[in-house]
Amino acid sequence: MIDEMLSQLSQWLQGEGLESEIVISCRIRLARNLSGYPFVTRATETDRRSIRDIVYRVANEIFEQSSFYFVDIDTLPTLDRMYLLERQLISRELVESVGIRAALIDKNESFCIMINEEDHLRIHATTSGFEPMRIWQILNEIDDKLSKSLSYSFHPKLGYLSACPTNVGTGMRVSVMLHLPALAVTKEIEKVFRSLKKVHLAVRGLYGENSQPVGDLYQISNQITLGKTEPELIKTLQNFVPQILTFEKQSRDFLMREQREILLDRCSRAVGLLKTARTIGSVETLHHLSSLRLGVHLGIIENITIDEVNRLFLNTQPAHLQKILGEQLSQNNRDVERAKYLRSNLGSI
Amino acid sequence: MKCQKCNKPAMFHITELTGDKPEEHHFCELHAKEYLNETSQNSDTESSDGLTAALADSPVQKNPMTKVSAELQAIDRQVCPVCGISFYDFRNRGRLGCANDYDCFAKQLEPLITNIHGASEHVGKKPSEIKLQLNDSMKLIKLRRDLDTAINEEDYKKASKIRDEIKKLEN
Ligand SMILES: [Zn+2]
Ligand SMILES: [Zn+2]
Repeated sequence: MIDEMLSQLSQWLQGEGLESEIVISCRIRLARNLSGYPFVTRATETDRRSIRDIVYRVANEIFEQSSFYFVDIDTLPTLDRMYLLERQLISRELVESVGIRAALIDKNESFCIMINEEDHLRIHATTSGFEPMRIWQILNEIDDKLSKSLSYSFHPKLGYLSACPTNVGTGMRVSVMLHLPALAVTKEIEKVFRSLKKVHLAVRGLYGENSQPVGDLYQISNQITLGKTEPELIKTLQNFVPQILTFEKQSRDFLMREQREILLDRCSRAVGLLKTARTIGSVETLHHLSSLRLGVHLGIIENITIDEVNRLFLNTQPAHLQKILGEQLSQNNRDVERAKYLRSNLGSI
Repeated sequence: MKCQKCNKPAMFHITELTGDKPEEHHFCELHAKEYLNETSQNSDTESSDGLTAALADSPVQKNPMTKVSAELQAIDRQVCPVCGISFYDFRNRGRLGCANDYDCFAKQLEPLITNIHGASEHVGKKPSEIKLQLNDSMKLIKLRRDLDTAINEEDYKKASKIRDEIKKLEN
């Protein structure tokens, strides 16, 4: 499975979507639970197995059998789990929890169903660019198909029931990943965060739940899941995200006008570092790739496409790097190999 | 006794032992949440973000020097008859045990849900049909738990009887 994936770039990283100079990807997930079973925290291994088997059976009925991978995460080697995590197909919770759990992954990576994560089912889909309504149509259709064969836990007043009350109702989380280097430089980003809070949108960094946003990548998502319809929840983001995009673009223009040398310096230093380093960690790499990406969009850096930069974002992460090289590596060796990989892929600039 | 911040009855009585001398606080549910949120630091997993912000987070866990009143302890001891989770477990882990918890802990969860979402009723999509009546769904969860117990106790006669009952309900 992983070998097949290695040859393709995740759809959401293909960088050709709407507003792709700032929007990295857009994602929606739905939380669903089966009636007649306790939520995952109270489920026995027997329950977890039944839930896995039910979803597997139903998936085979409604999807073309050759169109998806069904991966048992509990028996999957750690490196492969990390690989799927880096590709954003599965969550850290699914990687790290214990017990029977699985993931159904569409071969085009256009949607994925996590089984026995926080909820029995977490159905999610991602696109590059900002097109939440299109994702919603895809997911809504999958959800409708599933609900014909699965018995969802649905409350007359509260809607779809979830293990955590924060997801009850629609069970829907819409999120968009933005690359906001200029807002970060001009410190305007704090203002954006404050205004997002007022409309109940949450912001977090891309990599690692606990870590600071690395590479100026920020994820914005709805906090509320109850009392609004799915399209209304999407609308909140649709109202707000374009404003952030405009704000980021203005900041980029401002920097190009007023601090051109500083900006040029940042981008060319990043290129220099990435092209000459002999050992480099993944966080430092993200940081400099962020500057590289900005430079490409501003026309400061030439001879490399956004696609290629996106590919570097993904392929320099630990599990991807090891899969590409075909061997398990210690952290020190990874840092050396990462530097080598970057040098050989940045020869053109 | 009334809440020290508003006129509602005080449900939460908190004794702070962190300062020089004990400090008594009396709050309604809303103001207790507000107070406890100010004093506790949030964790940061996806779901608990909003939850800790809204939940009168476990004072026992977050602030070991805080004494909790008997009323709060009584709420904590409530157990869902279907899945066996206590309200204390929920507050600690931030995860409910089964669908029935939304009803059996409704008194505690309703204000919490309103606080998180600013709403109390679902208006989004619905499944095309409800396949399993709520009642049967709860029975099934309970039976599955009983089955697990029977197997652990090696009472195979009982286990096979429960299996039959589960099959009947599933059809
Ligand atoms: Zn009050
Ligand atoms: Zn329960």
